[in-house]
Amino acid sequence: MDMLKWIYPYLEDNVKDVSTADQTQGRFDPATPLNPRRRGLIIGASDGLGAALARRLAGEGYSLALIARRKDRLDTVCAGINRSAGQLRAFGYAHDVCDYTDIPVLLRRIVADLGGLDLVIFCAGVNYPPGGIDKYNLDNDRRMIEVNLLGAMAWLTPIAEMFQSAKAGQIVGISSVAGDRGRVGNPGYNTSKAGLATFLEALRNRLTRHGVNVLTVKPGFLKTEMLKAAQGSTPFAIVPEKAAEDIWKAMQKRKQVIYTPSLWRWIMLAIQHTPSFIFRKLSF
Amino acid sequence: MTLTLNNFTQLENFGHSLRAPSYRFRPECTEEIQEIFQLAVENELTVTARGAGRSYNDAALNGGGIMLDLSMMNQILEWDSATGIVKCEPGVTLEKLWQHVEPDGWWPPVVSGTMKTTLGGCLSANIHGKNNFKKGTIGEHVLEFSAILPSGEMVTCTSEQNMDLFYSMISGLGMLGIFTSITMQMKRLYSGLMRVDARPALNLHEHLADILENAPHNDYIVGWLDTTHGGATLGRGQIHASNNLKEGEDPNAQETLKLSYQNLPDRLFGVMPKSLLHYFMRPFVNNLGWWGVNTAKYVASLRKHTFLQSHAAFHFLLDYVPNWERSAGPGGLIQYQSFLPKETAETAWREMLTMALKRGMPSYLGVTKRHRPDKFLLTHALDGFSLALDFKVTEGNRSSLSQMLKEFDRIVIEAGGRFYFAKNSETSAETARRFLGEETIAKFKELKYRCDPGNLLESDLFRRVFG
Repeated sequence: MDMLKWIYPYLEDNVKDVSTADQTQGRFDPATPLNPRRRGLIIGASDGLGAALARRLAGEGYSLALIARRKDRLDTVCAGINRSAGQLRAFGYAHDVCDYTDIPVLLRRIVADLGGLDLVIFCAGVNYPPGGIDKYNLDNDRRMIEVNLLGAMAWLTPIAEMFQSAKAGQIVGISSVAGDRGRVGNPGYNTSKAGLATFLEALRNRLTRHGVNVLTVKPGFLKTEMLKAAQGSTPFAIVPEKAAEDIWKAMQKRKQVIYTPSLWRWIMLAIQHTPSFIFRKLSF
Repeated sequence: MTLTLNNFTQLENFGHSLRAPSYRFRPECTEEIQEIFQLAVENELTVTARGAGRSYNDAALNGGGIMLDLSMMNQILEWDSATGIVKCEPGVTLEKLWQHVEPDGWWPPVVSGTMKTTLGGCLSANIHGKNNFKKGTIGEHVLEFSAILPSGEMVTCTSEQNMDLFYSMISGLGMLGIFTSITMQMKRLYSGLMRVDARPALNLHEHLADILENAPHNDYIVGWLDTTHGGATLGRGQIHASNNLKEGEDPNAQETLKLSYQNLPDRLFGVMPKSLLHYFMRPFVNNLGWWGVNTAKYVASLRKHTFLQSHAAFHFLLDYVPNWERSAGPGGLIQYQSFLPKETAETAWREMLTMALKRGMPSYLGVTKRHRPDKFLLTHALDGFSLALDFKVTEGNRSSLSQMLKEFDRIVIEAGGRFYFAKNSETSAETARRFLGEETIAKFKELKYRCDPGNLLESDLFRRVFG
């Protein structure tokens, strides 16, 4: 603080000491008209779909800020991306999306490090099934709401405000086919993903008029760590790289809602229209 | 003063080929600038000043940081019509300035090709006009300026007081401090008209020889270069040399000095608003279309003639078609301006123009000017010529254009040339080091450390070239 006060004598004493804050981790190459840089933020990027999306977008030339709780895994993802690109394409920031109050400062830091922001993908999600169709576990449900829904709202609200103000940007939210119907197996997870899909729809309705695209992604089963939590059969499971490819294509076309793999659109259409008197007798 | 997400604004360069969002603030006084500095330090953000945003590159962009938009600090503080000395805030545009002083028989001694630029921006880039060989850069007409440093300290500089800051903040790209007031000497006018000689130049050699020979006998000289023709007629174009009328030459001086005599018409043929013209230009902005436009212009320019023209019409050619840069389409445009010694210019530009034609990427506008060296630290000027080339940017030509401009950079550096930080967007740190020299860069960095040890003032350009 003394050093800062020497440099900037007008500083008040209540200003936090920025010299102890995390240092910027190096710099991306400058953007020029002939070498433009799109800037993306992926929240939940240490493995699974988030990491696959990070690799895909880095391959498309994006400069990325990656967020995850697990610093060591994040560092591995960043290192892999930067090594294969041969230049700095990804920075990592360790953060738990449930630390809601940290978000404004971290977002500001990331936007400054990236030199702007064009794309945000909210990919963080947890799945804690209650352990059977006759079991209940509020702690698990609360945790899923806190990460999957409140975490998304805490991040996407300031981002929506920024993009609305800038009249540009793209938001991608990873919901799930699980959010299309409340089912017996995992009420908390269904609720968190249905809530997220509704939140994304509301953002879309607010932001489209400001030139911002909001894409809701509803994956089926992905061959990730989360798949291990799933009970019963997991038909049509795909690798996250395939889902990342579908999402990238949808982003370019500025689509609104996609299922991945696309087959799920028709499956979910049937499930959504299954009458309740039948649906409540099913056990999946 | 608080940092809110509502301040987050997408900003562009003049050519619409770069986009960078920033938290934009519009201070109205020096105290507010100081508050914004404090806000930036508290939030660990950098600050860049922006005037009218007319730079072709990233000089007034600061992605993810704070943008100090000085357009509200736009008051003319003092004007003495007897001495021609004017004191302005940095956000005063050349448009506001000339319209204020011209009816009293004065004119800004150095102006850019557009009147939309602000004085703060003009000093930061140390702009030149079509009279650079005679009157130097704008900085040479500044009697005094005040500035606020990132520390909050106010400084007043003249060519004798705080001399090192005077010669470095002018041309300093807004990276040492923020101008808060600028005092300048205007130039006397005896008529609202200028006498302009227009004549063709049949090739590059003739083009440069004409400018070299005739510059000393004229107040202003500028060449238009047809960039779409090669071979024996490479570098053909038209030269405009002009002079202010002397005292007594204009019997209607009182009339021609009136503002109404100067204003550019805002309608084409008195019917179509010029603000719509760029939409109609767009279909022609391609190799074939522009070849046709250039050829037609060249044929029209073969007639050697002399005419009288208002000052505004002669100087502000770029303002004839509002938003003309939009005609380049969604990828926008860039400008590549090189400054070369008079001895090497012809050979170097012959190589560059031929290369552009061969690769199917001709520039769509070429403008030549005559220059002289100056004492400012980050100067672009030298005893020679400049050639400004506009290129349209598309998804398909980015990488080949980038490659070609790298080769242009090599040719210019090898020919002892220089670049201009208000224009070129692709100049790398290495290229800057080579044309500025280690000593100049070290001196600039030393001054930067002295004025701004915490690197509060940073633009995207600064990070690209000095970062």
